[in-house]
Amino acid sequence: MIQARSLSDLRGALRSMGAEANKGYAFVERGWYFTKRYWAWEVVWLIYNVVNALAVTFISTAFQGTIHLTQEQLNHIILYLAIGTAIWSYVSVVFDGVTETVTIERWEGTIEYTFMAPVSRLVHMLGICVFSLLHGFVLTALQLIVLGMFFHIDLSGADWSAAIVILAIGSVSLIGLGIVSAILPMLFTERGAQMAYIIRAVLLLVSGVYYPISVLPGWMQQISKVSPATYLLDGLRGSIQNGKGLASLWSDIWPLLICGAISVPLGLFIFNRAERYAKRTGKLKRNG
Amino acid sequence: MLKEDLQPSLEQEAQEPLRQRSSLLTEAELADLDTYDALVIEHASKRFLKSGGRKWFRRSSEKQRKQRVVRAVDDVSLTIHRREILGVLGSNGSGKSTLIRLISTLLLPDVGSVKVFGHDVVREERMVQRLINRVSVEAAFFRKLSPMENLLYSARLYGISGAEAREQIRAILMRLGIKEDRIGQPLENMSRGMQQKVAIARAFLTAPILLLLDEPTTGLDPRSKQDVQVFVRQLRDTHDATILLTTHDMDEAEALCDRIAIIDGGRIVAQGTADALKCQVAEKLELDRTATLTEVFMAYTGRDWEAEEAEDSDEEDEE
Repeated sequence: MIQARSLSDLRGALRSMGAEANKGYAFVERGWYFTKRYWAWEVVWLIYNVVNALAVTFISTAFQGTIHLTQEQLNHIILYLAIGTAIWSYVSVVFDGVTETVTIERWEGTIEYTFMAPVSRLVHMLGICVFSLLHGFVLTALQLIVLGMFFHIDLSGADWSAAIVILAIGSVSLIGLGIVSAILPMLFTERGAQMAYIIRAVLLLVSGVYYPISVLPGWMQQISKVSPATYLLDGLRGSIQNGKGLASLWSDIWPLLICGAISVPLGLFIFNRAERYAKRTGKLKRNG
Repeated sequence: MLKEDLQPSLEQEAQEPLRQRSSLLTEAELADLDTYDALVIEHASKRFLKSGGRKWFRRSSEKQRKQRVVRAVDDVSLTIHRREILGVLGSNGSGKSTLIRLISTLLLPDVGSVKVFGHDVVREERMVQRLINRVSVEAAFFRKLSPMENLLYSARLYGISGAEAREQIRAILMRLGIKEDRIGQPLENMSRGMQQKVAIARAFLTAPILLLLDEPTTGLDPRSKQDVQVFVRQLRDTHDATILLTTHDMDEAEALCDRIAIIDGGRIVAQGTADALKCQVAEKLELDRTATLTEVFMAYTGRDWEAEEAEDSDEEDEE
């Protein structure tokens, strides 16, 4: 009797989880539909990212003419910048994906329909972020392939399994930051998406995207310690460039775990507060 | 012969997706619905602070501060019984849409309470959201996406699986007169009437027990308007849905609604059946015939122009 009851409870819980997964998938599927319909914009975005990555990575070859570098040192700088541009593209696509989705919802007026649907904000935000992460991953991979056609990038010593783990853990932190950045277009229809650039710009400055954080002034280095992108970049460079395994990357893994554990609940808490404020002041109303 | 033969099959076709819809609620939840009125609003108010025009360097007077506050919904109490269609009539800016947004969990009331089948819209938001849906005057969609893509997104948010949703979407849209070859085309290429039909399909698809229709036929041509009205009636008759309808169209209100409430300046100024309201106004205006619904509306919302002009000149004097 008890066994039958617990079995039925388990079935109920599984059904409920399936329903929530279906709701989360709504946002992933919708993102895919957007990508299909706005395919020209995807091409433009890819070209922009590739050109940007090439522009930055060509800086490395400029060193060759000014200071004496061995081929090994040059390859090291090329790969350093290539990883920096790739991760920066990934972070940018994830952030833009999250903020633009909310911006589009504001302009189209669909935000009211999304917010009156029986979906928890966790599932809502996770759905949006999962699509953004997948989208960012594919665009970044394409960017790296094109970059490989221009530069000699030696990846033979890379520990790919460690890189994937680092990327997965780091992406959780990006979800937390993405949720926080989604608040801006929710509250500020016209300029909210642009305001989210501030978060990205600070990450770009302090996280060691194109240079080691040791070159920063002391106070900026302190800020870099709370940026998950710092550890994500350091971990990926360690695994791809230096072939480090997970054990050697523990100094990057634990901060990323802590960032993820804090940023997602904190992001949701702030988003819920912002949603309540929007509902109190009537800011969800269509403005476009 | 043809018409009679076709009629039952059309109705059957329309009812087919309806039967599925109640599956969104458990049997216990469905049984529980019968013990409550569909909607009970008690002394609900919502005020907004008008933005802009703030004088940062001059202290504003008490009167100016009060003028910045808009009482969109002011001490409204309203009950809708299950399976009833209640029409809310009001001029532009009278508070109809704010009232609908309060019920839809999109706004928080400043004071008072709003309960849908006994569930408070603030404390039991998620439960209320499972019971309601809304069609607004502007058909809000992702315009680059097709009706199928838009509706599939909505259906999933309400927990309907992709396969089931696809089947229902096709059936409902075709029932509403959307041709099959348009279902996959971007919505931006559709007329406003067709977009509004897709909006109604969206609400219908998600199995609302309480349907909130905010001027659903405004701006539609007579044919589309009639299609929508027929569908609304079918929705109540075949699915026992409760409907709150706001409209400017007196004929529509009279044709569809069991009771009518008139809202003006955020307050409910009259409510009752159309016939009762007409009798009251005929008596008030000492007419020797029954008043029309337009006369009822004007009687309860009409402004005294002389008083309004006097108010304006008082304000100018103060400036």
